[in-house]
Amino acid sequence: MNIIFDIAIIGGGIMGCGTALRVAEGGMSAIILEQGDIGQGASGVNAGTLSMQIKRVKLMPYAIKGHEMWEEMGDAVGFKKTGGYTLAFNDREAELLHERMTQKKQAGANIKFVSSEKVATAEPHLSKKIVAASYCPDDGYANSSLTGQYYRRKIDEKGIGLIEKFPVTYIRSTSEGWEIRSGDRSVVAHRILLAAGGWTKKIAEMMDVELPIRARVNTVSVTERAPKLMSGVIGHATGLLTMKQKENGTVLIGGGWQGKGLPEQGRGNVSIESLMPNLQLAQFALPELSNTRIVRSWTGFEANVPDFYPLAGKLPNKDNAYILGCVRGGYTIGPYISKLMGDYILGREPEMPLFDPARKIEEGRLI
Amino acid sequence: MIDVIVIGAGPAGANAALDAAGYGLKVLLIDEGRDAGGQVWRPKSTSIKKAPKTGAIVQGDTLRQKVRNSSIEVRFETRVWHIETDESENWLLALVGPEKEYTVKSKTLIIATGAYERVIPVPGWTMPGVFGLAGATALLKENMIVPGRRTIVAGNGPLLFFVASEVIRLGGRVSAVVSLNGLWDWVKALPAMLMRPILLLQGIKWILSLYLKRIPVYWRHGVKSVEGKEKVEGTSLTRVDKDWRPVPGPEIYIHGEALCYGHGLSPAIEATRLAGASHHFDPTLGGWVPTVDQYGRTSQSGLYVCGDNAGILGVGAAPIRGAMAAKAAYEDLSGNTGKEINKVIKKRAEIFGRAMTALSIPRAGLLDFIENETEICRCEGISRAEIYQEIKFGARSPNAVKSNTRCGMGPCGGRYCSETVALMASDFTGKTREEIGLPTARPPLRPVVMGEITDDLDYDDLPIPGVSPL
Ligand SMILES: Cc1cc2nc3c(=O)[nH]c(=O)nc-3n(C[C@H](O)[C@H](O)[C@H](O)COP(=O)(O)OP(=O)(O)OC[C@H]3O[C@@H](n4cnc5c(N)ncnc54)[C@H](O)[C@@H]3O)c2cc1C
Repeated sequence: MNIIFDIAIIGGGIMGCGTALRVAEGGMSAIILEQGDIGQGASGVNAGTLSMQIKRVKLMPYAIKGHEMWEEMGDAVGFKKTGGYTLAFNDREAELLHERMTQKKQAGANIKFVSSEKVATAEPHLSKKIVAASYCPDDGYANSSLTGQYYRRKIDEKGIGLIEKFPVTYIRSTSEGWEIRSGDRSVVAHRILLAAGGWTKKIAEMMDVELPIRARVNTVSVTERAPKLMSGVIGHATGLLTMKQKENGTVLIGGGWQGKGLPEQGRGNVSIESLMPNLQLAQFALPELSNTRIVRSWTGFEANVPDFYPLAGKLPNKDNAYILGCVRGGYTIGPYISKLMGDYILGREPEMPLFDPARKIEEGRLI
Repeated sequence: MIDVIVIGAGPAGANAALDAAGYGLKVLLIDEGRDAGGQVWRPKSTSIKKAPKTGAIVQGDTLRQKVRNSSIEVRFETRVWHIETDESENWLLALVGPEKEYTVKSKTLIIATGAYERVIPVPGWTMPGVFGLAGATALLKENMIVPGRRTIVAGNGPLLFFVASEVIRLGGRVSAVVSLNGLWDWVKALPAMLMRPILLLQGIKWILSLYLKRIPVYWRHGVKSVEGKEKVEGTSLTRVDKDWRPVPGPEIYIHGEALCYGHGLSPAIEATRLAGASHHFDPTLGGWVPTVDQYGRTSQSGLYVCGDNAGILGVGAAPIRGAMAAKAAYEDLSGNTGKEINKVIKKRAEIFGRAMTALSIPRAGLLDFIENETEICRCEGISRAEIYQEIKFGARSPNAVKSNTRCGMGPCGGRYCSETVALMASDFTGKTREEIGLPTARPPLRPVVMGEITDDLDYDDLPIPGVSPL
């Protein structure tokens, strides 16, 4: 006899795990189906930056709430509130910085502009070529490697079902609910949530739903343990650089440089062509990095839709089917938006509005 | 455009390069060492002026001469740190070396990166004075230095006897040889060893020389712990059963200031994994190996392998494996037929090599030697208990264990600990090593200094892809 779950969640990333915790608190029986190990997708390999300065204006309220949740999770996820600087090295970047940060400030982020002298005092190892900078005391980071460990323990505590090494290959609607298969194994549930990150498009297609989801292949690198080089998280006006030094001395370098590969082919590959300028920029911003060794570079898939806003709500044209993903800055926002999603599935009014996947999705403007 | 890049100038890679050049191909040979020869035919340190002409030196010198006299372009003291393909399916390699040539491209790629040492931890194994068996051979060959006043040689496989006899040849003292394999394991390997009578004789000579010097050989024993205050002072031994689990018996204590300790060789597969080739697990080839046809063609087009990284068969098979990879690359590039290769020699070397490798493959009992506090990951200082806790809690893949504990995140890239972690996961779950899998392959192949892999940035040249929606 088959157990019928209240909800089956496809994907064990932050979005899937976070929603599972909320619906379980609300009394639903939930099961997470994960193709590999939980927390090894984008949620486990991202740069871990919890920075207000790189969040989208419209998503700021969600990011602020998300940030509070990370702070509560604390040591278990390696949370640190360090404050952070965003740097501009020429006039064009200074202008960009001014325009963007002013809007983010209006959206509620605690951001101020600071002089390059101030930056030089606070972060003496940074380049002296800074022409403008902004600062946010709330910025910080968490250790994304611990995502899987954290949620594994929470899921266990709450008695939520979890099947790993269960790549979903087939979904159909039956009189009993959704039947979800991986090879010859199957799970049945009254509701289904698609939270498969960069792989969600394929899953939706199994249900004959077309979604304009694309995947970016973001690159992150880490150095060996180095003497103290910075105390806060460091960003760049264009968004092309993020840096932070962990307590153990390793420096994490990101900035959204694009690797290669598609979600269906594996975990993506680092591209020399984009890794090199990424590391050059890091050394430009912090010259002493030139003597430091890179230990590992890797990539992860970050899903988005053309307007770069989340898909969070009912799956178009299907009953008892939901989707949550494509959240820009999804590591920061994930814990909060998944809580909202859980409330929505439980039939409660979410505290802040979700993002209807059936909206007209237009191409967004990039700067 | 270069036709073939060969990574690794050991006996397999250098011979592949020589043959490829012989076919008229444009060849680039890259190695991190000072010259060709690899681990086994390693050139002597330049500070050593006179050394007896052993077989390895003569063979190494001949090979180095041949490379110098060929049309092969070489890059020594140069390391490949990333491998990918460009949009026209050419290989694109990132380099770090004296030439300040940051990338290079070729039509085909032969990987001959050899093998590295496998060491399963025991309490005290990180103490100064403990050397890997293969590491000890490098020390002996390159610098002609013996590791300590009295040396204990322990572990498994044939390397034990080679190291012990080398220490003696160079005038050192060996206080004991401790072999996990029983004499019976060796007797069973005899038929396969008859494939290479000369090597068999050499092995017998090594063992005899130990008995003549009255050096105790402890068959079917293992090192229980390495003892000493700040450095090695001795080891305590225990008998083992057929799975190499310690069995109760009288305590044996051996004095010695150095311990050469290891469990055979692992194929160095990071480069082929990074290049995207398929791999499988084959214990008699030394563990995980690229999946290849008999010539060394991998699952990736234009990618070939030869030598121990394609399975530990030893130096006997290496030159022929090199010739076979060069032939395959030449035939695939030109459509012509390469020269005939005597496969009998390879077959014999393979039977011999597999038997030797089977003697070295770790057995499950070795895990029982590891105590809770024993360090598994040296780079990050992670103990068995920490790893075990994660496995018990459900982290069953190497990636998951790594993320949760940092085991394997240090500069060695997991080269030394991932074997132990996989053994632990396999032992706990009852799953095969194939099911447990490998951690994701990522660049750089070895840590690289950031300032050495790129030029300084000309800020105005920074490509700014518009990626940030406000
Ligand atoms: C390299 C990188 C750096 C980033 N840096 C930051 C940052 O610094 N700050 C920030 O806020 N955000 C950052 N992000 C964004 C953030 O990581 C993501 O928005 C967020 O983790 C997405 O979570 P998710 O649960 O939707 O996806 P994922 O974590 O990818 O989870 C999806 C899961 O679905 C599983 N799955 C896929 N297909 C199937 C199937 N067929 N069957 C079963 N399971 C399946 C996958 O295995 C995976 O575990 C970064 C992203 C990347 C890739």
